[in-house]
Amino acid sequence: MTNPIARRPAAGRVRKSGGRGVGAGPSAWYAAPALVFFGFFALVPLIGVFVLSFMNWDGLGELSLAGAGNWTRMLGNATTQHAIVLTLIMTVMCWVIQTPISLLLGVFMAGQQRYRAVLAVLYFLPLLFSATAVGIAFTALLDPNFGMSRAFGLDFLSRDFLGNPSLALPTIMVVIAWCFVPFHSLLYQGAARQIPASIYEAAMIDGASRVQNFFYITLPQLRNTIITSSTLMITGSLTYFDLIFVMTAGGPGNATRVLPLDMYLTGFRSYNMGGASVIGVILVVVGLLIAWLLNHVSGSSKMESDMEGAL
Amino acid sequence: MYQLKISRRRMTTGMLAAGAASLLAACGNRPGGASSAGGGATAWVLTGGPEQTFRDSFERWNTAYSERQIATEWFANDAYKEKIRTAVGAGNAPTLLYNWAGGTLADYVANEQVIDLTESTVTAQERIVPSLLDPGKIDGKVYALPNNNAQPVMLYYSKPAFEAIGAQPPTTWDELMRLVPEFTAAGYIPFAEAGSSQWPYLMWIEYLTDRIGGPEPFAKIVAGEPDAWSDPAITGALEKIQELVRAGGFGDSYGSVDADSGADIALIHTGKAAMILQGSWVYANFLTDAPDFMSAGNLGYMDFPSVAGGTGDLTNIVGNPANYWSISASGSQEVQQIAIDYLNEELYNEDYIEALVAGGTIPAALDADAAIAASEHAEYLAYGYDMVKNAGSFTQSWDQALSSAAAQELLTNLSQIFLLQIDPEQFVTNMNATL
Repeated sequence: MTNPIARRPAAGRVRKSGGRGVGAGPSAWYAAPALVFFGFFALVPLIGVFVLSFMNWDGLGELSLAGAGNWTRMLGNATTQHAIVLTLIMTVMCWVIQTPISLLLGVFMAGQQRYRAVLAVLYFLPLLFSATAVGIAFTALLDPNFGMSRAFGLDFLSRDFLGNPSLALPTIMVVIAWCFVPFHSLLYQGAARQIPASIYEAAMIDGASRVQNFFYITLPQLRNTIITSSTLMITGSLTYFDLIFVMTAGGPGNATRVLPLDMYLTGFRSYNMGGASVIGVILVVVGLLIAWLLNHVSGSSKMESDMEGAL
Repeated sequence: MYQLKISRRRMTTGMLAAGAASLLAACGNRPGGASSAGGGATAWVLTGGPEQTFRDSFERWNTAYSERQIATEWFANDAYKEKIRTAVGAGNAPTLLYNWAGGTLADYVANEQVIDLTESTVTAQERIVPSLLDPGKIDGKVYALPNNNAQPVMLYYSKPAFEAIGAQPPTTWDELMRLVPEFTAAGYIPFAEAGSSQWPYLMWIEYLTDRIGGPEPFAKIVAGEPDAWSDPAITGALEKIQELVRAGGFGDSYGSVDADSGADIALIHTGKAAMILQGSWVYANFLTDAPDFMSAGNLGYMDFPSVAGGTGDLTNIVGNPANYWSISASGSQEVQQIAIDYLNEELYNEDYIEALVAGGTIPAALDADAAIAASEHAEYLAYGYDMVKNAGSFTQSWDQALSSAAAQELLTNLSQIFLLQIDPEQFVTNMNATL
């Protein structure tokens, strides 16, 4: 991995016969600016949140030590438990909805025909909109009284999508899919184009059908992309906030109050900073755990093997 | 017309002066920090609503007292709410602290972040409707004074909708319930309700509790008495709400109607709904959103109906009494005195009241009859003004009166009541846990 960089100091040493200075090549100090930024903007707040999760603070008065009080209270709180369940449901469902669609779209668009390029542009449009704009637009479109159901006389669409507790979360998951499928399709499209044509040619000679091509060549070759895309999707769905905040703000009732929203509402509406910090820490730990687990299970150390075999 | 021109010119020069003053004040502030002596008084004010009243008032003060300027900064509602608490917590609060009284004010007082105004602002207090002073009092001492319009909640209705079914506006709860199937049969949503915004749900429980048991049950809750939510008036109100929901009183899509975008009042002026329970500010919204509907005189308004067997006085009202000024404790004595003198001199003086009435809002002042009578919307303003002045009690919106944490819990549980996800017993249990 670090071959090109690692080679240079050796070359330098040859030229300058072991002198220090620029010729000595990169040292650990080159990473210092990035490390300082990371430390200041990522590690310090993270430690702050961790410390705050053991404190009582309403944002106004003095901080006071809470011990494990915040942790037992938040984990025993029905609202937070509900939020954890919702977040899990959403993580799983978002993966289940988005992965097959992105995969099929990406592979389809990896083809060379001209019309696919036009379609690809259309498919990628949602990538360009901010979550807030998407949220406001969908809220207006789905409005049962003034939305598209009335505008176009489509009565079957005249349902209270965002106001009905059992419809709100599925509706939001569909909108999230609309937002993020283009990005993941792009990943799959790129990866599918990397698959050497010679493999397909060999399969064609052996008389493989298109479906067989997909299942026996494309899918295995995309294994690493699937893992990358899934990691992004799953860790991403732990942080979905803006779209849900704009569309339902956690409502109706608690129907869409996922963990990040629960954290915001606890911290900045109920002014329970300690409790909000507990949720923050939970999110960080779960996110890291899932990312690590996906990497571990998928054998990331053997990442390059497929491609090298192909070449 | 002539008067208007003058005031506009005065406004422009005043705004320039105020702008220059705030620049100067800001420069002067830097080296010594916000709370240093001689830094000048500051005020953070909200845009929208009666903004012009505030602008005119600070302009008058700054023109009259060049040595004792008040520098203003302007914020949008949501941005302000999140900024002010941080600023107060960090000891960087402006001298004049715009707030909603109630639970947050109690927090400020408990942390000694605002000063006692009981003695120093008697002159200003004498000009204010007494019931509107109450939310600004903590333990009998005045910590905040109303600074704009009174905002009682009323029952608004569409006159054409009532003509269509040949009915009269309801004066009792039973009449109201009888109207529900009639409106539904005629294709109307009986009540427009902005469930997506959650806070409009509060108006129902506030009025029903008051009509059934008067203001005392909620006063006990604010006082934090154990099991105060178990009061039969609360349970009765919750049961009535669920009866109305089951009868189809809000139609079947109230959960996604949003008040901030005016979708609830749009249901009224587009002829889809018959009635709406909302704060007095929606009158101004109707004027801008549906000028034709308003000029045809189609909007009716009335008090909340009585409930059979209820003990609450029919003149009792709920809503937002007003917004409030407090004075930050972090400034110097000198700066605090400027703010106190400003309140005594400017608050609800003649010009102040005139500006509020001109904006179509109900002034929180004792002596506003003449200004209201001269207004374009005299009939409505006089109705609201009398309602406020003659009110047996004025219960502050529950979410403002309670602590932030309890208010959030209330909004969530109440929306679950409206969505029929929980029953009144569960609501009472959940809310008692916040006391």
